[in-house]
Amino acid sequence: MLRACLIALCAVSPAAADEIWVSNEKDDTISVIDIETLEVVRTIPVGARPRGITFSKDHSVLYLCASDDDAVQVIDPETGEILHDLPSGEDPEQFVLHPDDRHLYIANEDDAITTVVDTETRRVVAQIDVGIEPEGMAVSPDGKIAITTSETTNMAHWIDTGTQQLFANTLVDSRPRHAEFVKEGSELWVSSEIGGTVTVFDVATQAEKAKIDFEVQGVHPDRVQPVGFEFANGDSHAFVALGPSNHVAVVNAETYEVEDYILVGRRVWHMEFNRDRSLLFTTNGVSGDVTVIDVAAREPVKTIKVGRFPWGAAFRPTD
Amino acid sequence: MRAALIALRAVVAREALRFVHQRERFVAALVRPLVWLLVFAAGFRAALGLSITPPYQTYITYETYIVPGLLGMILLFNGMQSSLSLVYDREMGSMKVLLTAPLPRWWLLLAKLMGSTAISVLQAYVFLAIAAAFGIVLPLWGYVAALPALVLAGLMLGALGLALSSFIRQLENFAGVMNFVIFPMFFLSSALYPLWKMAESSELLHDICAANPFTHAVELIRFALYLDWNGWALLWTSLAMLAFGALALWGYDPARGMRRG
Repeated sequence: MLRACLIALCAVSPAAADEIWVSNEKDDTISVIDIETLEVVRTIPVGARPRGITFSKDHSVLYLCASDDDAVQVIDPETGEILHDLPSGEDPEQFVLHPDDRHLYIANEDDAITTVVDTETRRVVAQIDVGIEPEGMAVSPDGKIAITTSETTNMAHWIDTGTQQLFANTLVDSRPRHAEFVKEGSELWVSSEIGGTVTVFDVATQAEKAKIDFEVQGVHPDRVQPVGFEFANGDSHAFVALGPSNHVAVVNAETYEVEDYILVGRRVWHMEFNRDRSLLFTTNGVSGDVTVIDVAAREPVKTIKVGRFPWGAAFRPTD
Repeated sequence: MRAALIALRAVVAREALRFVHQRERFVAALVRPLVWLLVFAAGFRAALGLSITPPYQTYITYETYIVPGLLGMILLFNGMQSSLSLVYDREMGSMKVLLTAPLPRWWLLLAKLMGSTAISVLQAYVFLAIAAAFGIVLPLWGYVAALPALVLAGLMLGALGLALSSFIRQLENFAGVMNFVIFPMFFLSSALYPLWKMAESSELLHDICAANPFTHAVELIRFALYLDWNGWALLWTSLAMLAFGALALWGYDPARGMRRG
């Protein structure tokens, strides 16, 4: 394990002390982890119940869903100061930044609406009716399709970003949580927390292409709940957080087979890579920490205490 | 000096011969910790991970936690086994031959101790290799760093065995050693559960475990396996080794006369 740690530490170039920003749902703070030392270097107070977290393309501002403040907060990452709020609709949970670096697509959990906000004019551009309890959000790399998944309706809703209208709805397993476009936008992956599966769609036809099941040895299937996931370099493998099973699954994105399970902290939720994707940082809600995974070795290297109930994570380069 | 080396070689060679000739014993000594590792640990809610305590940097499975404790178990059982063989030697009379050698008593005992420790450590590495084959892999340099820790822990537990053997009169009494030494030492230690877990059930239990020299031997091995340093464990293991060694010397002191049953 320590050998893996040394490899991992060598892999991080000493010049760039990049950071991972973690939103702590119960503490109303952000913990900033220094990737070089793997320690929390800053804790920033933010709005109530911070969840979705993402940087603008040039990393000059941070967008943060302050769910209980019904706002998306715009934060200066240098000072940690809250610059202003964006209108977001009620209870924003997750969002995604459109490739145009200007429009945020926000899932409003309590309102069954997806809100589109222009970050420059700070105005709501559109509100789209979707299923009940929308959560997962994704935008295709070409920016033409946005996806909202709804937890209670159990659907992925396909939004045409040109017209801001739904053009398709596809059923997935129970309580979809997270969605991502991969392989240059040709595939859409959706995780279903209660269903315990990840569904892969062919984007061109919106047809189901594959369904991935998980089985962690020694863990009751009810506890195996896929939530957040991210893709390794070249979209060759997906790393899927399996909630209260305390494991991250490594899925081969070509064969859709699970190759490995990695032990992390309790109720693993979302995750983020470092710059060269050699390290993966998972947020472990119940144990209140972040586990660092050596991606090449597929081994946990270290677990770092952050605030209570860490939810999301975002990468920030510091040069 | 030459005589001393000859004696050392003879005692160690005898120990090695005994080891080679008793293959069942070697297998038995490995089966015991392997059963714990593969059966006991597997059924022990292993999959969800244990809380992080030093020297671990992240969550670990129970199988990983239990490895240093099982190494300790190998050393403990071997220490007692060599004590058993001394009692046997005494009953058979071959001990008399050994102890009448014109060499200091402490040297003869030390030779015996070194012989049995060398075999214990060898078994510990075989166990580590089997554990690795079952996927419980430790840091590469940890295997090297563990050597001095294993030797020290082996000497400490071997010295305990020597001390006990000087007080046990008959082979039959060895069952008492099982009941009153091996089991309490093993179960009242950090081998199977971390000390904080013990403190959850009872403070007294925690204090007993914390005072048990076997706990410190296990922690010394555990930290060494992860290239970490535990000064307290080193100190307590060394002190225990000196105390047990002194007790053995006193027990075998010719001036006191051999205690014969």
